Amino acid sequence: MNFEDTPQEAAFRATARAWIAANAPQQYEDELRKSSLGRTQLKNANILEVAKAWQKKKADAGWACLHWPKDYGGRGSSPIERVIWQQEEGPFGKLSGMFIIGHGMCGPTMMAFAREEHKRSYLPPLASGVKVWCQLFSEPAGGSDVAGLRTRAERDGEDWVINGQKIWTSGAHYSDYGILLTRTDPNVAKHKGLTMFFLDMKTPGVEVRPIKQASGASDFNEVYFTNVRIPDHQRLGEVNDGWNVSLTTLMNERMSIGAGVSTGFPELFDYCSSLMLDDGPAIEDRAVRAKLANWAVKASGLRYTSMRAISALSKGERPGPENSIGKLVAGSMIQDVATYALDLQGAAGVVSGPEDAEVAGRFQAMLLRAPGTRVEGGTDEIMRNIIAERVLGLPGDIRVDKDVPFNKIPTKGRS
Amino acid sequence: MNFDFSDDQKQLRDQARKFLTEKCSPKAVRAILDGKAPYDKALWKGLAEMGFLGVAIPEDFGGAGAGHLELCVIAEEMGRANAPVPFSSTVYLAAEALLIAGSDSQKKKWLPAIASGEAIGTLALFEGKGNPSPKNIKLTAANGVLNGVKKPVADGAIADFAVVAARTGSSGRDGDIALFIVDLKGGGVEVKNLTNLDPTRGQAEITFRDCKAEPLGAAGEGWSILTQVLDRAAVLCAFEQVGGSDRALEMGRDYALDRIAFGRQIGSFQAVKHMLADMYVSATLARSNSYYGAWALSTNAGELPEAAAAARISATQAFQHCAKNNIQVHGGMGFTWEFDCHMYYRRANAMALGLGSLSYWEDQLIDRMRKKNAA
Repeated sequence: MNFEDTPQEAAFRATARAWIAANAPQQYEDELRKSSLGRTQLKNANILEVAKAWQKKKADAGWACLHWPKDYGGRGSSPIERVIWQQEEGPFGKLSGMFIIGHGMCGPTMMAFAREEHKRSYLPPLASGVKVWCQLFSEPAGGSDVAGLRTRAERDGEDWVINGQKIWTSGAHYSDYGILLTRTDPNVAKHKGLTMFFLDMKTPGVEVRPIKQASGASDFNEVYFTNVRIPDHQRLGEVNDGWNVSLTTLMNERMSIGAGVSTGFPELFDYCSSLMLDDGPAIEDRAVRAKLANWAVKASGLRYTSMRAISALSKGERPGPENSIGKLVAGSMIQDVATYALDLQGAAGVVSGPEDAEVAGRFQAMLLRAPGTRVEGGTDEIMRNIIAERVLGLPGDIRVDKDVPFNKIPTKGRS
Repeated sequence: MNFDFSDDQKQLRDQARKFLTEKCSPKAVRAILDGKAPYDKALWKGLAEMGFLGVAIPEDFGGAGAGHLELCVIAEEMGRANAPVPFSSTVYLAAEALLIAGSDSQKKKWLPAIASGEAIGTLALFEGKGNPSPKNIKLTAANGVLNGVKKPVADGAIADFAVVAARTGSSGRDGDIALFIVDLKGGGVEVKNLTNLDPTRGQAEITFRDCKAEPLGAAGEGWSILTQVLDRAAVLCAFEQVGGSDRALEMGRDYALDRIAFGRQIGSFQAVKHMLADMYVSATLARSNSYYGAWALSTNAGELPEAAAAARISATQAFQHCAKNNIQVHGGMGFTWEFDCHMYYRRANAMALGLGSLSYWEDQLIDRMRKKNAA
């Protein structure tokens, strides 16, 4: 048991470290280090522009999408090299937020199902951040139950004609392309009538409307499709095999390890270390200490769980299922942490404006953004189902819509 | 990075599991629970023969000289099997105290006897209510004799010797505390068995009256040694708790798969699935924190105090969580004497207190994190 690199890993780390030191946008380092959930903007620069510039610089030097093949804009690196890169990139990795879906989900799906000429033309600009991609899966009628989606694709000559609506599409408002899951046959059971495509978001008939979130910010969108034409060569996988294609997409997302999930603990510990309560320093208060200790062991438990997975990668093994707990633990924890930080502020906790609030309102921003973390990318309940079924081997839910044609499934709970 | 046990260590774990599955069945644990004997003597002898009692004791002192990572994997299996033997008192507390502070002759006297299963040892620290603290130690040491009462002392009624924490001064400083070794088979000792939460591991009250005792470690160093012993034991106990958590989770999972109600496996209900998923989360966090503790213990790293406290808290929470919800999954049957669930529930809750309570360790963790940040 040790935390040391192998000689090859150490050499790779040294190369990465030197390149980052010479090329990263150091002027934003401090600000990025201090950014936290709900508070990810830069004061004097547009973070999207800074992010694109950094991604392009990385790509030009061969540091983008490290695990992708070189032909598609990557570096052909091993999984452990990708993790080492993420460790070295540190706070600058926070600039990758707008590319996570494109690199983590759209790219791998294209790699598995697109035609060779499409891979060669679309993947390198995706890797370099010149083009941004989004994922158009969720719908008003299909969130956790994504196979319940209703957006239709109908064949018309060499094209498909798309009509319907997507929702919760992260980054659609600045995306150039998207992968789109549609219903091509409503007369068969819901999983069996889906087909996947990719499309240019500038195609006529695509309309993006930002959603104003409960936090007041707008990271997600509604996307409307009105007679949108997609050529058949942009189909990914077979007609009506879209469910299996989407599983590849989602599987790739869950394979990404080491990026680290945000728990809010380091921020809270820092805060409590200097905070004065009525009776003295917060950090010397028994009740505060008990809370901190409980969150400390969750945060460290997640950190070391991720290290166990990285060790498996380093040995060339597949990581075990233990990493599936990360999002579930961190999501509800950061919400609780933010709530508690405000509780410590007493009545002043209600003030959220950055100029007037405690520590520039970082915990207020965290509190307002936190509900989303427990829903996006799989709700807490879906994550528990995944652990129960795939890790513990418990039976799946009894599905009342399993063998029912999609167009016979009820659409209203109460009439 | 290799944040995992080696293949040899995993093989040792398999070997220990096989041995304990055979020699430490739930039926064997139940015999001790029902009071047929104070501990499983045959199992204790078997553990000695397998070399498990002395796995971390150097060869010069009759052990296998393997190391603490090896002891961690055995501890996990001991917890998994709910072994009714004085393993933690003897191996994590008494042997560790001797390894840290014992003179050559003390080590020669006791360590080979521990490794061979001839001597059971323990730590006599607590004096009634309260957590580890110099101010809670009232038993006095003067002129080579001890006077006072210790309780609860884990496995005190079956121990051959005890490491005893005693007061040698009243300056109010940590230096007032010193450690002594007492041969419990000698005079000046009165032992009373205490009924406790987990009858598979006894607790006793020991009264010392002008009892002859030999100093362990330098005078004035007692509290510092004790702190080290508790940290090392916290990591080792955490592995027992991790083993127990996993077993309780498996029992709950298996029952959820076998039991039919409302015409379906109860494990198909989300209320049950989610409860089991949360148990898996706790057990996984505890395992990962304990691995870090194992690394710190085996390398004697400066991170040990913080790592030990984190492992202790996480593993205590996980074992309590898994043991109580295992009963819940079993429903009424889980609350019967006949089912094994309550044995893990008893063990989980007894272990949560043995080295000091959860709230004590929470406090310790924050102190230690602050020290690290200040450094």
